[in-house]
Amino acid sequence: MGAIEANSLIKEFDGLRAVDDVSFKIEEGEIFGFLGPNGAGKTTTTRMITGVIRPDSGTATIEGVDVVQNPTAAKEKIGIAPEEANAYLDLTARGNMNLAGEIYGVPGRELRGKVDELLDIFGLLDRADSKVKGFSKGMKQRLILAMALINDPGILFLDEPTAGLDVESRRLIKDQVKKLNEVGKTIFLTTHDIAEADRLCDRVAVINRGNIAAIDSPEKLKATIRSTQSILVSFDSMNFEAADLETLKGVEELEKEGDKWRLYGPNPGEIIEEVVSFAKEEGLKILSLNTSGPSLEETFTHLTKN
Amino acid sequence: MYYPASLRKSIAIAKKDLRIYYGKGPVVIFGILLPFFFFFSFLIGREMPPLTLISGLGGMAIWFTATSISPIIAPMETRTRTLERLVSMPLSVTEMLIGDILASTVTGVVLSAIPISIIAVILNLNLVHFFPLALGIIVASFCFSAIGILLSALPTDTTSDVMMLALLIKFPLIFVSGVFIPASNLPGWGRIISRFSPLTYFVDLVRVSFGGSGQSWMNVGILTLFAVFFLFAAVFVHKRTLPKRL
Repeated sequence: MGAIEANSLIKEFDGLRAVDDVSFKIEEGEIFGFLGPNGAGKTTTTRMITGVIRPDSGTATIEGVDVVQNPTAAKEKIGIAPEEANAYLDLTARGNMNLAGEIYGVPGRELRGKVDELLDIFGLLDRADSKVKGFSKGMKQRLILAMALINDPGILFLDEPTAGLDVESRRLIKDQVKKLNEVGKTIFLTTHDIAEADRLCDRVAVINRGNIAAIDSPEKLKATIRSTQSILVSFDSMNFEAADLETLKGVEELEKEGDKWRLYGPNPGEIIEEVVSFAKEEGLKILSLNTSGPSLEETFTHLTKN
Repeated sequence: MYYPASLRKSIAIAKKDLRIYYGKGPVVIFGILLPFFFFFSFLIGREMPPLTLISGLGGMAIWFTATSISPIIAPMETRTRTLERLVSMPLSVTEMLIGDILASTVTGVVLSAIPISIIAVILNLNLVHFFPLALGIIVASFCFSAIGILLSALPTDTTSDVMMLALLIKFPLIFVSGVFIPASNLPGWGRIISRFSPLTYFVDLVRVSFGGSGQSWMNVGILTLFAVFFLFAAVFVHKRTLPKRL
């Protein structure tokens, strides 16, 4: 039994299929990234898994509990931090936390301590009795995350948790996500920040036009587009014909990056040998030489373009 | 199903509503002052029987307070996306709506009991049936709040859309419920319509409670039936329109 399972989820809006036969399984303790361009079906899929909307067909389970058949029991197992900071602006931070705690059934005595603890973790304890309408976006997002943890859920759904936030809030939230995962919580992270997904996630799924384009670990996904592997080289002089670099064996594309040259090709080892020979022939000294694989961003672009 | 744990969730929603929507100064002050403006405008320069005065104004007080805020909570929470936050929590539509109704009921009870009590003192009227009236105020406030919540099922995030619909129903109902003219004085068609208005039975209950002729408990019973009907109707319609709000 996975922590989260989606089986053939389908959802249509006004005859348009927003999510088309989406299936995946997330194991307990994973950080799972859910990536996709705008309108790809990320939010709709997440809403179906979290029981906010019903799928037209297919099922989703949270720790084995069917979200459609038993939404309340499934929702009790999860915490959700939506992208929009939708805490009640006319309530205080403590008021919002208490509301969440009372709905999740956290006992009164325990609730007070839990609220203070979470507000402290997210750097909001000194503003606990201030109305949320005076909070910055980062503070609101931290409060939303604190609210999502009020029931100590085993699974957390985070929708763009750091989008548009200041550096301090981003770091605080990322650190907390890592810590929460370290204590065994499963994290479902919907994000546009591919670098963030690359750093945090054990596996990522890329959704495009309502379909899952790929699911794997970030490194394995990057390996699927080997042609974008490259080497970055700089010489002590620019006195040579740049076009000659492009004719080297194994080079498919050449790009100038400042005083460096990036040579793309499927076999970086072969390119390195060619570049070394080229430098000797031209009497050039190699100042630096690095290989780099495709970034997750390039992989994402490749997958969603096709 | 509505379980005992459901009551805890509904009370949490009610507390939230009272703090955000009903606890504001203008709502309380306007809710208390408005019935007195009506009262004096009807009292001064007119020969209106005291029982007609207190029953009509009591009816208006509870009708307007219980249906004032309840219709706009859903569109406001749709716009601010706090509704999505609630829907993502382990909270059923029934629990959420009962919470909204409870908050409106409490406000309706307080803001109608105060003017009814003061006007009874001013007019020197004796309260003959205390318990039916006390229970009737609670049940009527619940019933009218459920009507307000039913109106808020319109799938919109614009409060003025719902307010327009609410006004189209609230004001005509006043005229056929014995508020200004006793229901018995209405023309035949008016008397028939008045039977389908829960406000008619509350106005009659207030009149009977202060010494008028009639059955006070029967009015409470009919109001209870209306309350149950409008609660189920509100839950039924909201379940269908809620997905359009998200």
